[in-house]
Parts: sequence; structure tokens; C-alpha cells
Amino acid sequence: MTMPTFDPIAAAIADVEGVPEAFAEAFKAPNGEKQPRELVLICYSGDLEKTWASLILASTAAASGVPTKMFLTFWGLQTFVKDEVRITGQNWMQKMMSVMQRPGISHRKLSKMNFMGMGPWMMGTLAKQYGVAKPKELLEAAMALGVELMPCQMTMDMFGLTKDDMIDGMGEPVGAATVIELLANGAAPLFI
Amino acid sequence: MTVLEIAVQVDARGLSCPMPIVKTAQAVRPLASGSMVEVLSTDPGSQRDFVAWCRATGHDLVEQSTEGAVHRFIIRRK
Repeated sequence: MTMPTFDPIAAAIADVEGVPEAFAEAFKAPNGEKQPRELVLICYSGDLEKTWASLILASTAAASGVPTKMFLTFWGLQTFVKDEVRITGQNWMQKMMSVMQRPGISHRKLSKMNFMGMGPWMMGTLAKQYGVAKPKELLEAAMALGVELMPCQMTMDMFGLTKDDMIDGMGEPVGAATVIELLANGAAPLFI
Repeated sequence: MTVLEIAVQVDARGLSCPMPIVKTAQAVRPLASGSMVEVLSTDPGSQRDFVAWCRATGHDLVEQSTEGAVHRFIIRRK
């Protein structure tokens, strides 16, 4: 596979103007067709605020025609367990982990000011008041716009998660090498 | 104000970033090339966001106006 040529001036212009078209110039597909740079979000955190940020960026990128993938790993993968699944895991330790931190996108906690759920409740109330879409709505929009979800195989194993535990529309589990190849080929990374 | 054939209207009034863009992208997607979309938004950030989004996607921002707190955009699908 040939590496796409990268034009630093085009990149600098894009930084200032926010024009992915400049990147499209730099990253041409083998058939000569313009192809916007891919975006890979490495979703490591399961905190409410970081999940929110990841999904805002992913849905907006997909809406802007940027091919977008989310690699879900460690605590970030817990977010993508079905909301109604309460206990996950095969052994007592894995089960205990899911009791201590309930999985699912609607059960995220704030990293700061959680106060036994008071913080997330206030965030939810403020979001409603200001017309801010909840993470769940953003995820639905992101998936409808073609964002690809890539669960981390290692995390699935370590937490004893099964395919049935995960939300519908999840892609096949992959490893770090899959992500590294995407980045080596020019995808823009975000580690959240 | 120009008289244009609007295929779809996206009412994003009361919605915050990024929903005006996300909803517009979803509305634009199934339309034929050249179709017109009208977007109404009360998010002040929309004024810059729709310009950037049209540049990024290649859609044409035909018209942009503000009346009170409502921003109106007319977009021609690529």
C-alpha cells in the first residue's frame, strides 16, 4: 500500500480555516478520486463527559463526510454495553466490576462532581434545558451516519463481555494493530 | 429574499451543537443532487458551523440570514 502524500501547507491552511477539502487534496485515493482523511477516535474513557465529547465529534465528523471509526477500549467499551444489561462477565471478579460500575450509555458517571448521581442528573437537566442531545441520541445519529464501532477484543475478554452484551450494530472485535494500521495510513487520531 | 424550491426544511430551533449539523446531514443525504434544503437554527455557533460544514462537504451555502434569534440557511445539495 502506498502512503498518501501529505502537504504541510494544505494542512496548515486546514488548521486555520477548518477546511477538510485541503486534506482531501493531500489524501487522494488510488483511483485519483478525492478522499477526506479518515478519523479514528480511540474511546478509552467511560466517563460521562468524555463519552459525550467523543460522540459529538464522531457524529459531526460523519455528518461532514469524514469516514469515522470509534475504537472502543477499556472503560470506553463499557459505554457500548446494552443499557438493560445489568451484570456482565463470566467469573465473580468480572461480575463484581459491572456491579461497581454499571455499564451502558445511560449509566455513565462524571469523573468529577458525580455526587452519587447528582452531577449526571444536573448535567442531563441542563442538557434538556439547552437543547443539547444526550449521548444516546448522539450515538444513534452517529450510527445512522455511518460511524463504525470497533470493539477491542482484549477488553471484551478481560471484562468477560459477549457479543450479546453489546449494543446492536457493533462491528467485529479488533486489536491494537488494526488501529495502528489506520493511523500509519494517515487517519487522524483522537484519544479520549 | 429569493424564491427557491425547498425540498426539505430542517427545524433545528432550540437545538445545540452538533444537532443542527447532524440533523441537516441526515436530511440532505437521501436527496437528489441540486436539491434545496432550508435550515432554521437558534444556535449562534451555527453561523460559522454551516459555512465550515458546506466547505467540508462541498454543498453550496446559497443563502444565510438572521431574523431575531433565528438563523436561516439555504443549502444546495452537492
